[in-house]
Amino acid sequence: MGAPSTLESTKTNTSIELSGAEAVIKSLIHEDVDLLFGYPGGAIMPVYDALYNYQNELKHILTRHEQGAIHAAQGYARASGKAGVVIATSGPGATNLITGIADAQIDSTPLVCITGQVISQLLGTDGFQETDVIGISMPVTKWNYQVTSAEEIPEAIAKAFYIARSGRPGPVLIDITKDAQFAQLNFDYKKCESIRSYEPIPTTDQNSLKKAAELVNNSKKPFMIFGQGVILSGAEKELNQVVEKTGIPAASTVLGLSALPTTHPQYVGMVGMHGNYGPNLLTNECDVLIAVGMRFDDRVTGDLKRYCKQAKIIHIEVDPSEINKNVRCDIPLLGDAKEVLQSLLPLVNSNTHPDWIDEFEKCEKIEFEKIVQKEFFPKSDQISMGEVLNKINNITKGDSIVVTDVGQHQMISCRYAQYNYSRSSITSGGLGTMGFCLPAAIGAKLAQPLRQVIAIVGDGGFQMTLQELGTIKQFGIDIKIIILNNEFLGMVRQWQELFFEKRYAHTEMQNPDFIAISKGYGLESKKVSKRDELNNALEEMLSFDGSYLLEVKVGKEDNVFPMVATGASVSEVRLE
Amino acid sequence: MGEIKTYTISIFTENHVGLLNRITIIFTKRRLNIESLNTSESEIKGIHRFTIVVNVSEETVIKLVKQIEKQIEVVRAFYHIDEETVFQEIALYKVHTNTIVNGIKVESLIRDNHARILAIENDFIIIEKTGRKEETNDLLKKLEPYGIMEFVRSGRVSVTKPLEHMGSLLKIK
Repeated sequence: MGAPSTLESTKTNTSIELSGAEAVIKSLIHEDVDLLFGYPGGAIMPVYDALYNYQNELKHILTRHEQGAIHAAQGYARASGKAGVVIATSGPGATNLITGIADAQIDSTPLVCITGQVISQLLGTDGFQETDVIGISMPVTKWNYQVTSAEEIPEAIAKAFYIARSGRPGPVLIDITKDAQFAQLNFDYKKCESIRSYEPIPTTDQNSLKKAAELVNNSKKPFMIFGQGVILSGAEKELNQVVEKTGIPAASTVLGLSALPTTHPQYVGMVGMHGNYGPNLLTNECDVLIAVGMRFDDRVTGDLKRYCKQAKIIHIEVDPSEINKNVRCDIPLLGDAKEVLQSLLPLVNSNTHPDWIDEFEKCEKIEFEKIVQKEFFPKSDQISMGEVLNKINNITKGDSIVVTDVGQHQMISCRYAQYNYSRSSITSGGLGTMGFCLPAAIGAKLAQPLRQVIAIVGDGGFQMTLQELGTIKQFGIDIKIIILNNEFLGMVRQWQELFFEKRYAHTEMQNPDFIAISKGYGLESKKVSKRDELNNALEEMLSFDGSYLLEVKVGKEDNVFPMVATGASVSEVRLE
Repeated sequence: MGEIKTYTISIFTENHVGLLNRITIIFTKRRLNIESLNTSESEIKGIHRFTIVVNVSEETVIKLVKQIEKQIEVVRAFYHIDEETVFQEIALYKVHTNTIVNGIKVESLIRDNHARILAIENDFIIIEKTGRKEETNDLLKKLEPYGIMEFVRSGRVSVTKPLEHMGSLLKIK
């Protein structure tokens, strides 16, 4: 069962005979892949052997851990808009990919993962390095498939790329037994253009479009929240046009950041647990909410029973299962965000909402006085994370790609980093994967070699994947790494302070000498703990030709605010 | 959350390895118990059919169906309440042969309940009853006093009442 059904059609006159392993490589080249990440091992060795002959066409980045490879592929996919490709061996190689696959699934990142598998006769015998990666990855892949004969390889890979890239993107995994890699086949590649059981982009209901436009046109306090769907469908221009024509204030989710430049006059900030004051508070004041390519994650909505009950909700979304999943929606607009926004544009009236925008500005002022000012210009001697971000903004002017890890520094980066261009914020949103930053930054830099990539990471997350410094050195990848070191697992400590009576259970860290580690890997580095050294250090790092690691000692017990605590309503956003 | 009801979910899929697992994961992830599950071919060549019975609210069954349809190899999924479908289950009962030889009652039980004897061996007989769960349960209770060696009931199989052919809704190209 399960053998692709069109094998006969691949046996045309143009076909050539080659091994399954070489067919893997040729298939990747047919899909315009020129870069992949991976780690070799027994069950994938035929593919690596085939790769040896294609080093000019296909650059392979050897990471130091399969988790590094998959996060790098994620960073590559997020920065380029292409599918990231990873290869790994069976057993531990395959299981080490799982965290990244789960991350890509929840953050809709297109990935094609290829794993080696024991020979088909050994399947189910607990062979050496055998693991049921199809079973393990099933809940966290958009699709997966085990190949046991060489003839299946081209069609399986073609399907994999089509599924990973189309509709709501996601990770797919192809597991190939070693005997299928060795066996010969007649190779002829045909790209997959449709699958009969799969509808990637649902049709938009024209009537709903009209109703949605009518709602927007009659609204006094319309509000837009946009998510990564805008970036994934390349709808940045259309978003801008709709926002500017309607005069609607627009806020971003964590993953939507940079879809609209942070300097846009109608951009009012970020929603969510550590988002901005105004967009959180005023979600419960608007009369129409337009949600574009976002999925009402619990970190965005807070208590659902008290989320945006007063407003009519329009949800522009490519995935029908997201409609009414968490928040009831009055008008679903199914479809590709770009096309839906294009269709909506002529239907909405030109408008301005000065009084309503003014309410956001008032909130912004309150937030500046209560929080931002103290973070950018702290009275204490200790450097704050916010002040580092502010100084980075002053130097880069929002032109860099900022990759973050997970925790306090992530929320601070997402709150304060400026972005002029789309695909400039790369962070693990849905899964919250510590260790994501350093490898993802590698992928981002390889995807956008002409842009500056800044990796902002905490001392905890850095130590989860710091071995990738080796990859950075070996391939001469230019990344500016900033460790914001508070010697704590800061976000967990903050929760312990606020919700667990300051019982700091296992969150304080005795850290290694990061500078010595950096030197060990042959990378330039510097440590800063005084305010008057910070600016120069940042300038030196950002103008340095090549990778550079800057460790900044920051306040040990600083907290991130505003905060919508778990179970609280967005109207209860705390400023302290 | 709305009233908990029995829903029959009919799923039309490609016939691929692992799809059963992909579908059941959707239930287990939400801690939902599957009451019964049956898979078979359908009237459309190459298309497989799953029949799953769950006791949930309508809001939940709608979400389940959407998540099921999201799977690449699922063509379509539908949900129905009992009134919208015709459904049956088959139950097999293994009892000692002497219960039928010695007692006239068991014989009349079989007749009155529209069951039938499927096999007779020296030591035991197998009784078969097709019907709804309440009916097969009812016979189970009635046979219990005579000693039941083995009992098994199949998953529900169900067809919808509306005339429109399910296959015509599949939009298979």
